Amino acid sequence: MAMSARTSTLTSPVPTNRLLLLAREAAPFVIAAVLLFVVAPSFLSDFRQNLLAKFLCYAILAIGIDLIWGYTGILSLGHGVWFGLGGYAMAMYMKLQASGDSIPDFMNWSGLESLPWFWAPFRHAWFALPMVMAGPGVLAFVLGYLVFRSRVKGAYFAIVTQALALIMSIFFVGQQKYTGGTNGLTNFDELFGMPLADESTQHTLYYITAGLVLVVYAAALWMTRSPFGRLLVAVRDDEDRVRFAGYNVGLIKALVFAVSAAMAGLAGALFVPQVGIISPANLGIVPSIEFVLLVAVGGRGSLMGAVIGAVVVSWTKSTLSESYPDTWSYFYGALFVGAVVLFPAGIVGFARRMRDEAAHRLGGRTAGVPAAALEGRPSDAR
Amino acid sequence: MDVFLQQLFNGFSLGSILLLVALGLAFSFGLMNVINMAHGEMIMVGAYSAYVAENWFEDLMGSSGFEYYFFFALAMAFVVAAVLGMALERTLIRRLYGRPLDTLLATWGVSLVLQQGARSIFGAPNVQVTTPPWLQGGIAVTGDFSMPYVRLFIIGLVAVCMAGVYVYLTRTSAGRRTRAVMQNREVAGALGVVTPRVDVLTFGLASGLAGIAGCALALIGPIGPSLGTYYIVDAFLVVILGGIGQLIGTVVAALSVGWLNAILEYQTTASLAKVIVFALVIAFLQWRPAGIIARRAAR
Amino acid sequence: MDNNQGDPVMRRLFSRRRLLKAGGALAITPAIAGVLSACGGDDDDDDAPSGGSTTTTGGGGDTIKVGILHSLSGTMAVSEVAVKDADLMAIDEINAKGGILGKKIEPIIEDGASDWPTFAEKAKKLIQSNKVACVFGCWTSASRKAVLPVFEQNKALLYYPVQYGGLESSPYIFYTGATTNQQIVPSVEYLLKEGKKKMFLLGSDYVFPRTANKIIKAQLAASGGATVAEEYTPLGHTEYATIISKIKAANPDVVYNTLNGDSNVAFFKQLQGAGLTAEKLTTLSVSIAEEEAAAIGGDIMQGHLVAWNYYETTKTQENEKFVPAYHSFTAKSGKQRPTSDPVEAAYISVHLWAMAVAKAGSTDVEKVKAAMAGLEFAAPEGKVKVHATNHHISKTVRVGKIRKDALIDEVYATSAPVEPDPYLETYSWGGEFAKEKKG
Repeated sequence: MAMSARTSTLTSPVPTNRLLLLAREAAPFVIAAVLLFVVAPSFLSDFRQNLLAKFLCYAILAIGIDLIWGYTGILSLGHGVWFGLGGYAMAMYMKLQASGDSIPDFMNWSGLESLPWFWAPFRHAWFALPMVMAGPGVLAFVLGYLVFRSRVKGAYFAIVTQALALIMSIFFVGQQKYTGGTNGLTNFDELFGMPLADESTQHTLYYITAGLVLVVYAAALWMTRSPFGRLLVAVRDDEDRVRFAGYNVGLIKALVFAVSAAMAGLAGALFVPQVGIISPANLGIVPSIEFVLLVAVGGRGSLMGAVIGAVVVSWTKSTLSESYPDTWSYFYGALFVGAVVLFPAGIVGFARRMRDEAAHRLGGRTAGVPAAALEGRPSDAR
Repeated sequence: MDVFLQQLFNGFSLGSILLLVALGLAFSFGLMNVINMAHGEMIMVGAYSAYVAENWFEDLMGSSGFEYYFFFALAMAFVVAAVLGMALERTLIRRLYGRPLDTLLATWGVSLVLQQGARSIFGAPNVQVTTPPWLQGGIAVTGDFSMPYVRLFIIGLVAVCMAGVYVYLTRTSAGRRTRAVMQNREVAGALGVVTPRVDVLTFGLASGLAGIAGCALALIGPIGPSLGTYYIVDAFLVVILGGIGQLIGTVVAALSVGWLNAILEYQTTASLAKVIVFALVIAFLQWRPAGIIARRAAR
Repeated sequence: MDNNQGDPVMRRLFSRRRLLKAGGALAITPAIAGVLSACGGDDDDDDAPSGGSTTTTGGGGDTIKVGILHSLSGTMAVSEVAVKDADLMAIDEINAKGGILGKKIEPIIEDGASDWPTFAEKAKKLIQSNKVACVFGCWTSASRKAVLPVFEQNKALLYYPVQYGGLESSPYIFYTGATTNQQIVPSVEYLLKEGKKKMFLLGSDYVFPRTANKIIKAQLAASGGATVAEEYTPLGHTEYATIISKIKAANPDVVYNTLNGDSNVAFFKQLQGAGLTAEKLTTLSVSIAEEEAAAIGGDIMQGHLVAWNYYETTKTQENEKFVPAYHSFTAKSGKQRPTSDPVEAAYISVHLWAMAVAKAGSTDVEKVKAAMAGLEFAAPEGKVKVHATNHHISKTVRVGKIRKDALIDEVYATSAPVEPDPYLETYSWGGEFAKEKKG
């Protein structure tokens, strides 16, 4: 989206109409806001709305993945870790609220007598809430900087992050005293005094999540259009050239990785009160790969594509598994294959191609830049 | 002392298993730059082949000659997995060359389909194969130090596979063509090598090796739809640690990880050992991003 | 770029194109709305709040809907598919006799996919969208813990059919598998009586083995046994050479095994490879039933001990009918499978619920709960009785020895069903566990 808009303003000889430009910028927000705040709540049952809220959490995370994958060309197969850390930060706060004065139940049966020191600050919302994004963000920055500095990239980076996801999930399972083990953290009562069982609480959480999707989307849009955003695309397309131009590529990558991780953390934190559980399975390999699929299906390099992909894929998965509990894995597997082979540019890319073909048929010639040139498939760096 | 020797052997055995599962990946990932997440499912296919082979043997021969079914199973595992791999290359991988990260996503989808396929065909519960009588038991060296025949057999099998791969790559014309294509696809093509055919053969070989690994693993582990998922990350890490496209590096990496794991697990716990080993591998890659043995010169 | 500026058609098209571009991705967003509303409507439920469809609660309509929630994909499918079949078979039996309250039972199956948040999602779906009267489901403690708040918040019923680590009694869950004092504690007593005092505790790294081992350690400390080592391996671990070295070094009387799933296959195959057969080393497992033993191989498992409440070989009148019924039921869907303790517990759970509904004359959750207390059922394992307050059932405890054909022979059984005591309040050494009990 961002790129196509810029490219077309560069190449189009038509003078830009400020009003039109503004409308163009605002239109997605207005439509998304209408869909999320008006259409969805009036058409969906509480259960479906709660599900949609969960998918919107994934949408926030998908925007983050798109920033690093679609725009910067970094494929992370470990984003479950950041999602999970954000989720655990939130869950620790809620678990402590639910436990009152005593220590959480799982610590009790794991043989702990008192609250571990690193749990204590999570009693306070003012600590837990910032940690949701700061924890994953800072950790991702440090790890990212170390890894990118030694120029681990492409498939290597993907596999290293995958190993990270495996390590973290084994570690969280193994430290049952401190993390709740395989069971994870569950059985919360309330959030900021609102009982989770109440429908009104779940509705509020839905609106908060939907609002944050818009905020994160706007922030990401702003970022991709800033000079920093252009640097990201430059890194994706030719990392060495950016380096030779005097930029610290490792730092750029680490920064965007941290931003992406912070978004994943936020997504995790919103996920927990609405789903009611966070467990080491959430930080493992399988969800991490599925997260990437969200962006691949929606259309990498398009922020709107990430959001659409997150909702469409998750909804499809949910519906398929409800309709075909025994065989849905076949369809889901086929979705991976189909997305990559038939629609490498995702839903958004497909829509663009359809549109251009329509224009082509109408005008006999393609006006402006052909879509294929705009999609900017990530240059799959090795 | 016995314990030390035993752990030395255990580490060597674990290393040989890692090498066996990683060997195929060294081809598909190391030489062809395809991130085949369905490699684990090729292992699974190999394991189920052992199961099917055993049943056939039982039906056809009864008890006579049954103890040698395993050799037939190995051959069958290789062939079935290789054919499946070649079909996968022809239909899917072929469209994705030069896009390694896309191969990762697509083959992950394939792995889901294959797992569910195993569930549909063989049922969700695990199946079992009988260990041939001549592989049961082991050599008791001293009191607490023994070497199970199964593990010795796997070590031998790995050695045979390595030797086979070496001979194939250096002594046969097909192998030389493979190396030529992997070193410089364009020039090889210009000199008359049919590169698509080399691709399909190489990918078939990689899958076939995974099939053999699965067949061998059936002797010491479970045979079920999820089997492949237990080995896939370890296998990739070994290949990366060894250095992409470096078979010797893969050997060194597999044995190092095996021994390190055996030592650490004895000192600490299984969970912690795994965490530490993986963390060390990642740290090592910070120091030497290209792995133990870096690829020389241009491709 | 195009020199079409003068062409009115082209200009119109161009501006149209710009508009389309503005819509860009949005062209698709309405499609989402379509999906949303489609999905909202096409469930066979009363999903859409504005929809005028009639409300079919679990008890209303022509059938009584019940949910079945097990992992049909992922790593846990290995075990849970068998339990799903047991649920379905029991439902078939009840329907064949005319159902309950004059209505047939209609099962709605969902896949938990071996993923705990998915279990929570599907539980919510069954309760809120399908309005099921109750749910039969879960295997791992983690999945039960994940759905527990869902059932408590929605005031819905879950029947849980697997032995577990105890220390729990939710008002909305009925536990038809063994709690610790119906499996672990008596089996340790049995081992001690047999003179096996030095125990090596081996388990998968998750909550049940850790809880079980904590109980065993307390029990051993109180009754003169000793724990020589305690080891955990990650779920799905398949390399046991080092653990076997540790076992050899520790030289225990018995290995008390709480490994789960595929790890058991690897452990026992490698144990035999290392020359430690059942004659040389006693092991007692609590997660290996007939099906698992067959998947490891009867020749390997021969002679090893297990502890459960039911075996396929258990001799009761009810079991004589139950075993062939389950065999032919599973044969219909492909492969004939043996019965096992969790299969039997799932079968019990469906029948107990149906009896409670019939007794209460309603599927109302609170009425069914009230009707459950004290209910008796002649199960394949013998008579079971629902406890008055703690939602567990009394069960006979049986230690068994695995045969070469992977079936299990009983070597010891309690003389009568053991009353459930999830918090071990009746044991002198159980103080630290009893205090877990809330309020």
